[in-house]
Amino acid sequence: MRELKLMKGNEAIAHAAIRCGADGYFGYPITPQSEVMETLMAERPWESTGMVVLQAESEIASINMVYGGAGCGKRVLTSSSSPGVSLMQEGLTYLAGSELPCVIVNVVRGGPGLGTIQPAQSDYFQSVKGGGHGDYKLITLAPASVQEMADFVELSFDLAFKYRNPVMILSDGAIGQMMEKVELDEFKPRWTDEYIEQNHKWATMGKKKGDERSVITSVQLDASVQEDFNHKLQAKYREVEENEVRFEKIMCDDADYIFVAYGSSARICQKSIEIARAKGIKVGMLRPITLYPFPVKELQELAKQVKGMLSVELSAGQMVEDVRLAVNGKVPVEHYGRFGGIMHSPGEVVEALEQKIIGE
Amino acid sequence: MTEEIIIAGFGGQGVLSMGKILAYSGVMQEMEVSWMPSYGPEMRGGTANVTVILSDKRISSPILHEFDTAIILNQQSMDKFEEQVKPGGTLIYDGNGISHHPTRKDITIFRVDATEEAARMRSIKTFNMIVLGGLLKVKPVVKMENVIEGLKKSLPERHHHLIPMNEKAITRGMEIVNTVEV
Repeated sequence: MRELKLMKGNEAIAHAAIRCGADGYFGYPITPQSEVMETLMAERPWESTGMVVLQAESEIASINMVYGGAGCGKRVLTSSSSPGVSLMQEGLTYLAGSELPCVIVNVVRGGPGLGTIQPAQSDYFQSVKGGGHGDYKLITLAPASVQEMADFVELSFDLAFKYRNPVMILSDGAIGQMMEKVELDEFKPRWTDEYIEQNHKWATMGKKKGDERSVITSVQLDASVQEDFNHKLQAKYREVEENEVRFEKIMCDDADYIFVAYGSSARICQKSIEIARAKGIKVGMLRPITLYPFPVKELQELAKQVKGMLSVELSAGQMVEDVRLAVNGKVPVEHYGRFGGIMHSPGEVVEALEQKIIGE
Repeated sequence: MTEEIIIAGFGGQGVLSMGKILAYSGVMQEMEVSWMPSYGPEMRGGTANVTVILSDKRISSPILHEFDTAIILNQQSMDKFEEQVKPGGTLIYDGNGISHHPTRKDITIFRVDATEEAARMRSIKTFNMIVLGGLLKVKPVVKMENVIEGLKKSLPERHHHLIPMNEKAITRGMEIVNTVEV
């Protein structure tokens, strides 16, 4: 039996982390995600499951503690909001370069700079196009409800260890701060050292006699070795793109137009669909659940059916570039969105659809 | 049935906790619920508001710009939210500190003078429960028994002895809420 509770998205992240058997959380407080660590501290999992919860001295320290924990094959996570995640970018590229599995939660707020503390989706580029230096990718999941905030924690750990790659949960202030009903999974035990030794031989557990040394590093002084390694990384990303695309289609079957939206914006667009359909406009939505890998094939299929697409994001237009790349000029693709911490209303989205797509 | 409610007033009036109790009551009644607060620096001594949606189906947008019911507890919130009530909707307000009373003729307006009543009852902290009583009288979206269950869920156990006092305040709110003719 799963347990039914009413809680904030941020609280759901914390409860889900404890319940799925995470080994450690390292973080530094920042609005609008501070409830993640507050909840972990209140739950005191170090007394029950043995999970470590630590407030680091900064976001830079947090992400490097994650590197250390992940290097030992432990399931570790951190969370922050936009300015804090910017500070973590060096750590993220080192994690990707060392092929270390971990989970990072970004509860996005308005930027650039210190910005506002209200919800935004303006960290899309940073999450899916790199953020740090070098050719690397973060598998990026975008929850659109408190339930998904909970469910995506364990999923993220599974993907992180399957591909030995950092996984980003890209949320925002609205999903983090709102309360909804959520069903939590049962408590699962943390991995034992024996389990890690047997299943994740790359982890640095201490070399035993006769074993090969596990080396975790992102430095290759020989460029040809680096190129070979980068080919290996790219092959891994192609595998991720082949196997891990996740999305939800809402009322697409008879749609003349679609919204492409994720996270809180996708929730707003669901209401916009109700309003537009009441006016006789046949609109549906493709909601990417994974932002990387992006649902390219699904958009290509929909481009054969619909007359236009509106990418609705709480940003000046970021995901719209990936939608345009996917449909490659087949149908008009436009962007609409409020930003800087202001959220568009369902009605504003319908007006934008009428003006930018249907009006053409 | 879907009821989209905004509760708006000053930080410290118990706006967010009233919303939380309402949302928990919905959960007890096996409804879908969402509770979306305004959060930010404006909360400190400024305005605070929360959108609560109760529905028997999956809730689409937790973020709304028009509402079935607005519960308005200060002048700033009146200035902002009176116009955001859907035509045919409901506005409930506390007259304390209100200088510009609502004027719309296409909505139903109720007044619940909870500040005054809470002072008379000598329990200023039950202010928000008197307001909740006013709402439940004119819009019985959740049953009283589920509100009590909701109170139990949202209050820490050490405060459960205060539930009868809260129940009394809700009942009092139901008695004092009045229709306002514009």
